[in-house]
Formats: sequence, C-alpha cells, structure tokens
Amino acid sequence: MSATSSAIRRPRISGLRRKEIAAGYLFLTPWIIGFFGFVAGPMIASAVLSFTNYDMVNVGKWVGVKNYSFILFRDELFWPSLLRTFKYAIVIVPTSLIGSLLAALLLNQGLKGTNVFRTLYFLPHLTPIVASVMLWGWFFDPHMGPLNTALRALFPTAKLPEWFRSPDWAMPALFIMALWGAVGGNNMLIFLAGLQGVPQELYEAAAIDGAGTWSKFFHVTLPMLSPTIFFNLVLGIIGALRVFTTAFIATGGGPAYATYFYALHIYNKAFRYFEMGYASALAWIFFFITLAFTLIQFQTSRHWVFYAGEVR
Amino acid sequence: MAERVLVSRVVPGSRSKSLAARRARLIGRGVLYIIAIVSAAAFMIPFVWAVFSSFKSPGDLTSYPPRLFPRVWHPENYVTVFKRVPFARWAWNTLFISVVATFGAVLSSSLVGFSFARFRYPGRDIIFLITLSTMMLPSEVTLIPLYILFAKIHWLDSFKPLTIPAYFGGGAFLIFMMRQFFMTIPLDLDEAARIDGASYLRIFWQIVMPLSTPALATAAVLTFIGNWDNFMGPFIILNTREKFTLAVGIRYFSSLADPDGVPTQHLLMASSLMMTIPIIILFFLAQRFFVRGIVMTGIKG
Repeated sequence: MSATSSAIRRPRISGLRRKEIAAGYLFLTPWIIGFFGFVAGPMIASAVLSFTNYDMVNVGKWVGVKNYSFILFRDELFWPSLLRTFKYAIVIVPTSLIGSLLAALLLNQGLKGTNVFRTLYFLPHLTPIVASVMLWGWFFDPHMGPLNTALRALFPTAKLPEWFRSPDWAMPALFIMALWGAVGGNNMLIFLAGLQGVPQELYEAAAIDGAGTWSKFFHVTLPMLSPTIFFNLVLGIIGALRVFTTAFIATGGGPAYATYFYALHIYNKAFRYFEMGYASALAWIFFFITLAFTLIQFQTSRHWVFYAGEVR
Repeated sequence: MAERVLVSRVVPGSRSKSLAARRARLIGRGVLYIIAIVSAAAFMIPFVWAVFSSFKSPGDLTSYPPRLFPRVWHPENYVTVFKRVPFARWAWNTLFISVVATFGAVLSSSLVGFSFARFRYPGRDIIFLITLSTMMLPSEVTLIPLYILFAKIHWLDSFKPLTIPAYFGGGAFLIFMMRQFFMTIPLDLDEAARIDGASYLRIFWQIVMPLSTPALATAAVLTFIGNWDNFMGPFIILNTREKFTLAVGIRYFSSLADPDGVPTQHLLMASSLMMTIPIIILFFLAQRFFVRGIVMTGIKG
C-alpha cells in the first residue's frame, strides 16, 4: 500500500501553498467529523464503559477490572465461544481463499463464456445474506429439505444428518453455506484483478527457461500474487472472526451452543441483556485479538509477500 | 491435464506443436470446460431449486419423491407475500435507506479521497494510514457506545442512524478506492484548470468526478448492495414492524408458523427471491463498470 509514496511535488509560492493546505483540510472535513464522531469517540467511550457496570437503566458505576476478570475466569461462554470462533476461522479462511483462487485461475484461462461463468460464480455472493440463509435453512431441512430427500433416495437406510438441528452437523452446514457465498465473491474478483496484473513477459521468460505448468505457477504466479493473497488473508481472518449474521439467523447460536460464536456472545450481552459495560469489555478483548492476528501477519508477511516494486 | 488450471494464461499458438501436444491441449481445455460447468451448476443448485419451489403449492413442497418442477404453477404465491406481510413497505424502506446512505457514502468518500490524492498538507500521510487501519477495526468496539448515543438523542427506531453516518467519510475501503482512482487521473488537467482560475471545488466537480465514472459506479454498487444486505444495523436500530427493512422483515416466514400449520416455505422462497432480484439486476446493469472498476482500483497500489 503506497501510503507515503507519490507526494505531489510542485514549486509553489507560499500564498498558494497556504491555500492548498486549507483546501486539503476542507475536503478532509467529512472524514475528520466521522472519525471523531463514529470511530475515535465511540472507541474511547467503549473503553471507559468496559470498566463500568452500565446497563442503560441505572447510572453506571466504576467497577475497575471486574468485567475483565469475570470474563477471563468465570464467564462459562467466553472461552468456548472464542475457541469455536477460531475453529470456524481455521476452516473457512484457507478453504475460501484457495477456492476463490482456483475459481479466479479458472476464469483467467480465456475460456469461451467466461463472463457467464463469472456471473454465475458471483451470484451466491450477490444473494443477500438473510435471503441465502433462508434458502439454505430450507435446503438443509432434515425432513422436507431437498438435500436430505435426495440423500434419503440414495441411502434409504442410513441415518441422515439433521444439519442445523443437530449440534454435530450445524457447524458443517454453516461451512457449506459460507463457502457457497465466499468462493465466488469479492476475493475471486480481487484475485482475478491480481492475475491480470502479472506481466506476460515473466511467463514467456519462464517458458524459454523450460519451466512447466507447475513450475510457472509456483515461481511466477504465486510470488506475483502474494500481495493480493496477503490482502485477502488479512481481511478474510478479520471477517471470519466476526462471523455473526449467518449463525444468528440460521441457528441463533444453537443447537446446544454448537454455533455460538464470539460475536453472538457480544450481541447477547449488549442487546439482549443490555449489560453494556460487560459487552464493551468483551468487544475490547475481541479488538485486541484481531489486532494481534493482524500484527502477526504483517510481521510474517516480509518472509513470503513479494512486492515487485520494492528494492531489497 | 487438470494442472492447466494452474497456469495463469495459456499462450495462444506458441511455437510449433506436434499433433500429440495439440491433442493434449484440446483435452485439457475440455477438462477445464467440464470443471467450469460443473462448479457453476453446483453454485446454482440451491438457487434454482428455490426459484421452482417459490411457485409450488404447500402440498407440493413436501411431496415424495421430491420434484424440481411444481406440479401446478402458483405464481400467486408472490401476491400472497404482499398480503401476509407489509412487503412493499419494507422494500420501500430498504430502497430509501440504501439510496440515501449510498449517495452520502460515495459523495463523502470522493471528497476525502480527493483530499488524499491531490493536496499536500501536514499530517496527510499519517491521517491516511489511520484511515486504512480503521478498515481492520471490528465494528463491535464502536457499536455499543453508538447505540447508547442513538438512544440518548432519540434516533432509535428511525432511519437516521442507518443513513446519516454515511455522509461522514463513507468508510475506509471506499476512501482508499476513490483515492487510488484519483491518483491515476493526470495532474495536467488540474494544472490547466488552475491557470484558468478554476477553484478546487470546480476541479473536483467538473474535471475529476466526471472522469471517475467507473470508480464511482463501483463504489455505488458495492455500497448499495452492502446496505440492501445489512442485517445487524437495522435489526438493532428498528423496532416497529412498519419500519423494518427486507433483511429484518423476511425472517417472518421462517420464524412464524402459518396459523393453519401449513408450511410457508414457498412464501419464504418467493420473498427471498424478490429481495435478491433487484440486486442481480443492478449487478447486470453495472457489471461493465463493476469488474473494470475493481480491476483498475484493485489493491495493487
């Protein structure tokens, strides 16, 4: 990301220069208001709240680190929901990344009808999440749903999965649903853009050196694509850790807490029980966890992300 | 042969090919087509099944063995949806919120992106980095105080919390996207206009914005879909049934049983599809801009 590069350099006299500075800040005004009103301000407020027992009804009292110590040592839902969220991310991030990379590679082969395929792959992603959960909820219905009716025809005697109604199968059902929406989604389009940015000369040079299909993939495509993979990975992990809507609508966290993710825990504490102080503490712990993941990735990225424009 | 999937692009007609190589290539292509078609079908199955189910009668839904096509077509299912729930009202609410919020987000992210792309001022690069890092901030951290704030100023159960914040920056992703795009527009145009005495605002409106149609369209489509799709925001903010958006409202058919105990899945499918169709149409209309916009503004910067 070129945050600091390409500053605009023009010789200017100071009057004009002052005007430029003023105009720059003027155009920035919406961001300044938005940042303090909707990002920094609320962050400070929630940090303060997390040390109180504010509940929307009574005046909040300062309770020190009590919320945090309760969460870490006595909240019976905290560790399980956090581990469940990690489990979800560990499955969904690599599968959806590899899936959308394969889809992008396929669409980059110059097949006839690529436009049609691209649209069909993208269609699940376009389906509003609520609508797609509705569709899948019925698709997975143990008794009337098409999936189990088809399975019943194939295996008349087998015990069929109860999907969203069973603690063992709710998570796999959620994976299938999430992958359906994710593989052909934004990641695929971003990979496609990245693939089209790989200079053709590199492939030609590799071919002259006698590189085969695999060798070209591992020594040209992957390194050139690594910044794109990194971008999708960072945002993909954050997105997976925040999993909420699909589970909330499909199962409400159940059955038997099988899909009770961390974001559902925050939601319940905040908007069902209105324990705003406690929920803020949960949110801050979550913030530090995502921050840690992001920092680790930025630290390790220098070992595997290759920037073509970078001087080494 | 399947490993051809992994080549970025097959160089067409490169070098002389023996007959065997040519045949291998042909088979490889065939395999690719089969993979493409099969995977497209896999993506489409739930969708196609939902389309046909939305035309079925309640009895037909549960018939055994299951049939893809309805025995008798019931297009009136779509009318029934409007009778059971205030669907038109919800659709209007969703449209209103999406249009107002999208306009604000695109406009304000362009202004801010223009500031980052075209001006030099102290602190600019740091502010830009802060903007980018907010992309990684989980909204859970800011949601609770904002909810309390909205409750205090009596904005709950209104569209204000879902629209007005969009006018203040429109989010880091959009700002980044607009900035990246503006950077590709040659500075000479600005310079010439400056010499002619044009103000910065005029340069923004009459030079930079008209040249940015693909990026603006992409930003608008992404934001519109995001708003149309948004569940958590409206779900937390809105309480009155008449004020619901589609995302909140259509859960009715899954959470409530029909008074007579008759399955309502056909109505569920019909309402879900009616919620999806406008987005698909929008995508088709904007596809030309959309894909190009993502390619151009992509994250190679």
